[in-house]
Amino acid sequence: MKRYWELFVSFFRVGILTFGGGYAMLPILRREVVEKRAWATDEELADYYAIGQCTPGVISVNTATFIGCKEKGVWGGIWATLSLVLPSFVIILVIAALMQNFAEYEVVKNAFAGIRACVCVLIINAVINLFKSSVVDMVTLGIFLTVFLISSVWNLSPVILVLVCGVAGILLQVRKGAPE
Amino acid sequence: MIYLRLFWEFFKTGLFSVGGGLATLPFLNRMAAATGWFTTQQVTDMLAISESTPGPIGVNMATYAGYMTAGFAGSVCATLGLVAPSIVIIVIIAAILKHFQNNKYVQGAFYGIRPASTALIAAVGLSVAATTLLNREAFSATGRLENLFDWKAIILAAAIAVASNLKKLKKLHPAVFILVSAIVGVIFKF
Repeated sequence: MKRYWELFVSFFRVGILTFGGGYAMLPILRREVVEKRAWATDEELADYYAIGQCTPGVISVNTATFIGCKEKGVWGGIWATLSLVLPSFVIILVIAALMQNFAEYEVVKNAFAGIRACVCVLIINAVINLFKSSVVDMVTLGIFLTVFLISSVWNLSPVILVLVCGVAGILLQVRKGAPE
Repeated sequence: MIYLRLFWEFFKTGLFSVGGGLATLPFLNRMAAATGWFTTQQVTDMLAISESTPGPIGVNMATYAGYMTAGFAGSVCATLGLVAPSIVIIVIIAAILKHFQNNKYVQGAFYGIRPASTALIAAVGLSVAATTLLNREAFSATGRLENLFDWKAIILAAAIAVASNLKKLKKLHPAVFILVSAIVGVIFKF
């Protein structure tokens, strides 16, 4: 029971202290999980992050599930994940409730119009960073351009594009591995 | 049954968005168009709120969208839907960890998926930029090219683009830029 309480406290803290998610979370996660509790080593944490990066879903959620699983099995994984999610869930609920009441005010509208201009830039900055790590050769550049064009022109579900590119990646890898 | 649909739509988002954070964005935009639960403009607002509040962006987005669609119970369903696939997949991978990372099929799949995920986010970025920085209604009403551009927004975006890529300011939290933009928006009546 004590371990469950520790998992809850640690991941709740990680959830409330990190803004922006993903990599912003790493230093705080490291302090809780590696330094304070010794639930994982630095190498293990790096592995979890790498796997979180290339599996579906939110990276920090994946890492929480991993560590919970390691400590207390499947229920530990679920428990750690819910602890991580709880603070943001509560905060967003409060904001969402407030937003419904305030959204009509002129000031709020102007503020969000300004914010939207900023969000464009934040998305583009993130795309530039992702581009550097995911577009590594001509093939991946080709995939990037094709998917970009298709999803800009057609209203196609991203699910289909992700599936097709995953299969294409496997086929390319198999062909590369076969003897010439 | 709205709750089941919320769970299912966010389950799909959680299952297919790879690479964290913004990867959920293309799915939310698609959801906005397909279900009418919220508008793409609300998705952009959600993103700004998520960037300025604690916690993973994907989770924030799911909670917000769920609440806007079907209140408290809706936000629970959407959030659980989003994290469910991660939990299932990681529980499985945790059992076979050593073989997973070095498996050539797994590596192959992600070799293909990563640039696709980047491209999907880039396409959303383009459409957000088009709706925010251009003023198509005024253009089609007057037919004058100078009315097509929303100059205030373009100048602000350009300023933020320069500032957020300066070496000294690069490390600043995105919430700082968001706050500054909100103040500029209020002062100059965007």
